[in-house]
Amino acid sequence: MKPVLKVEHLCVELSGKGGLRRLVKDSDFQVYPGECLGILGESGSGKSMTVKAVLGLLDRQFHVSGQAWFEEKDLLQESKEGLRGLRGKEITMVLQNPMTCFDPLYRIGNQMAETFATHTDWDKNEIRRQSLEILDRMHIRGAEEVLEKYPHQLSGGMLQRIMIGLAVALKPKLLIADEPTTAIDAITQQEILEAFLEIKNRHQTAMIFITHDLGAISRVADRVVVMNQGEIVDQGDFNHILHHAQDDYTRLLIEKRNAVMERYQRVLGGAV
Amino acid sequence: MAVKQYVIKRILTAIPLLLVISFVCFVFINLIPSNPAEVALRVRQVPIITEEAIAEVEAELGLDKPYLVRYGTWLLNCIRGDFGISYVNPSRTVAGELARCLPATLQLAGASLVMVILLSIPIGFLCAVYKDGWFDRVMRGIVFVTTAMPPYWVGLLLMWLVAIKLDLLPTSGNGGWKHMILPAFTVSLSYISTYIRLIRNNMLENMKQDYVLYANVRGLPQKNILVKHILKNSMHTCIVAIGMSIPQLISGTIVVENVFAWPGLGTLCISSIFNRDYPVIQTYVLLIGVLFVVFNLLFDILQTVSDPRMRKESA
Amino acid sequence: MLHRFLKNKTAVGTVALVLFVALLGIFAPLIAPNDPYKTDIINKFASPSLQYPFGTDNLGRCLLSRMLYGIRPTLGLAVLTMLGTIGLGALMGLLAGYFRGILEEIIMRVVDVMLSFPSQVMVFAVVALLGINVQNVILANVFIKWAWYARMIRTGVMQYRDCNFVRFSRCIGTPERFILVRHLIPSIAADLAVLSSLDVGWAIINISTLSFLGLGVQAPTPEWGAMLNEAKNVLTSNPSQMLIPGIAIVVLVSAFNLMGDALRDVLDPKEAVK
Repeated sequence: MKPVLKVEHLCVELSGKGGLRRLVKDSDFQVYPGECLGILGESGSGKSMTVKAVLGLLDRQFHVSGQAWFEEKDLLQESKEGLRGLRGKEITMVLQNPMTCFDPLYRIGNQMAETFATHTDWDKNEIRRQSLEILDRMHIRGAEEVLEKYPHQLSGGMLQRIMIGLAVALKPKLLIADEPTTAIDAITQQEILEAFLEIKNRHQTAMIFITHDLGAISRVADRVVVMNQGEIVDQGDFNHILHHAQDDYTRLLIEKRNAVMERYQRVLGGAV
Repeated sequence: MAVKQYVIKRILTAIPLLLVISFVCFVFINLIPSNPAEVALRVRQVPIITEEAIAEVEAELGLDKPYLVRYGTWLLNCIRGDFGISYVNPSRTVAGELARCLPATLQLAGASLVMVILLSIPIGFLCAVYKDGWFDRVMRGIVFVTTAMPPYWVGLLLMWLVAIKLDLLPTSGNGGWKHMILPAFTVSLSYISTYIRLIRNNMLENMKQDYVLYANVRGLPQKNILVKHILKNSMHTCIVAIGMSIPQLISGTIVVENVFAWPGLGTLCISSIFNRDYPVIQTYVLLIGVLFVVFNLLFDILQTVSDPRMRKESA
Repeated sequence: MLHRFLKNKTAVGTVALVLFVALLGIFAPLIAPNDPYKTDIINKFASPSLQYPFGTDNLGRCLLSRMLYGIRPTLGLAVLTMLGTIGLGALMGLLAGYFRGILEEIIMRVVDVMLSFPSQVMVFAVVALLGINVQNVILANVFIKWAWYARMIRTGVMQYRDCNFVRFSRCIGTPERFILVRHLIPSIAADLAVLSSLDVGWAIINISTLSFLGLGVQAPTPEWGAMLNEAKNVLTSNPSQMLIPGIAIVVLVSAFNLMGDALRDVLDPKEAVK
């Protein structure tokens, strides 16, 4: 099967006062249709940097090299405007801090509408109908009112669901979720994970799920890539990673988690 | 409703400040080293100043009553628009003098404000968009130099270059819009520099925000992100800052009016200082002080009302 | 600290320039080619020559000599103003921030009122009240500016007041006065240095503006603002008389502004890590 996204020899360097700093080193990975690839790593390990580099979201002071094949196109060679056309339509993304991701000065409806107006030729009524449908599909009640609300009037979980809804609305070929559960509370995290599972099951969208949370990744990811200090140190399905990790760092991550899990289970009374 | 409450609360808190300012202005005229009555006689060039003459003028100016009573009467008179009589020319009221000079100053300040807005916003915008490009670098250099230039020297320089050397515009006086360009530009220059920097930095700060990243993630056109989102968010801060500096702009005309012989409040104020015409100076300070409070209040309220987040907080 | 200062080219350069200008002012009698007050009507508006390197003004006085002598009032008064402002502001700020209570209430309310007036108008008002002369110009500038320092220093003191090392000193019984001088002043010295160097530039502009309007240093004295006032009347016939003092002011003020920025980099501990 042909991968949706095939990244080869991706390097990201930052030229600053202290000379060149390599933030992502020679990374290779693929995402296949209908598959969810998890990228696991600590904060600062270069996970977000990797996808932002692929989507052309980094500033000019970052130097990106390598290839990123998406449907016969090398995204890294694509023009800025070309990438802009792909983003939000073919490749969509869900970000980490829902509370700060919307412009505080505009109503939610306006910000949803501008996304559609950019990528489709729908008229006003169609845009409104689709917006309502998205909110509905994401189980947000009072959709009509939500469209009239400003971002600060909604909760983080709601905004996160709106972001997810927008990300799947235009039937993208690839959905990237960048730590979508990190900035929200535990209960909402569950709902958000459910939303991703639903997307995966229903739409068969290829997904990249970035997180440092082993628990979250174990639920959604089919295959896992582990990153440490800008390098991919391990790849494979979740069980493989769990039991046969090659890399010291990966093992450390898992041991820590297992220790926590054991403790947790002991506290609960040893029942597994 | 909540907004209305906030506005009322804000107006009420401004009243004590206005009272303090008026009291300071009142005390000011009573701090003059010499007896105001004596000064008044001297400036009227009365040859021999006798005790009776002083007493007469004291009565005329109401200087013989107790302090707080005089403050009360003075304040009431001020509210009614009666600011007393000029020491120098007793046939003229201070209110009349100010009314004569105010329009010219307001014209000048208005023109300066227009220049500040028309120049600083687009330049600041371009500097932020093309950060570290040639335009940004040149503008940063100009901004740096202009902040070190005293306004009166800028006035002289422009007068010499534009009016005398190139003979494009008249050098001084008031007579139509052509006369206004040079003084207005001189007044606005330092503000233009300040606001170019403010808008540039504010936009750059906004560009780092998550909402811009998300707008890029959604593939919105560059132009929309810059104008609809970043610029609008920055303008929010900057318009309030510009609005609050309007009284400073008006007071900044003092110096420039004197360079260009512009017949406004500034010229009146300086000549009053030379002539020791204290009531005029007092009223001028009071006027600027009140404007300061009023514009602060006005733009503070405007900011609150126009920002959806603030609206919630006051709710 | 010294090492970091020496590494910062802007800081070294601007400080060197300011010191150089100050030395020129101090040794003006030795350097200046002519007497700055000596008029030479026959040679008025002379172009630059060996005898008059910058030419002469409307009364035939040597421009270069007047520029050099002008450093004394221009720079001197500005530095004096700055010292006065810091002195008064620091005193008030320290009193308010350290002793708190009613004293703080009173000082801070006065500060609020001071800050609610536009400073430019206040200078004119104070000069008008006290009468036109140089001391009063300095008093006026100190009077309108001290509130800014007082507020800044009070905030600084409040932050350091509850730092552990100050608490510790208090515990081991060090007298309050000693704590104040020994610990708090060094802690806020960095902020002060930056603010004061920016402020000298501001004071130069402000004092020269007053002199230009005839409210500060009076005519025959060679002060840059007062020189510009004289130059204004002969703008058409002798523009260089207006250009030279103006450029000098811009250069000196720029130097102080740059110095302020550079000092901020040098003194900011956070910058040091980079």
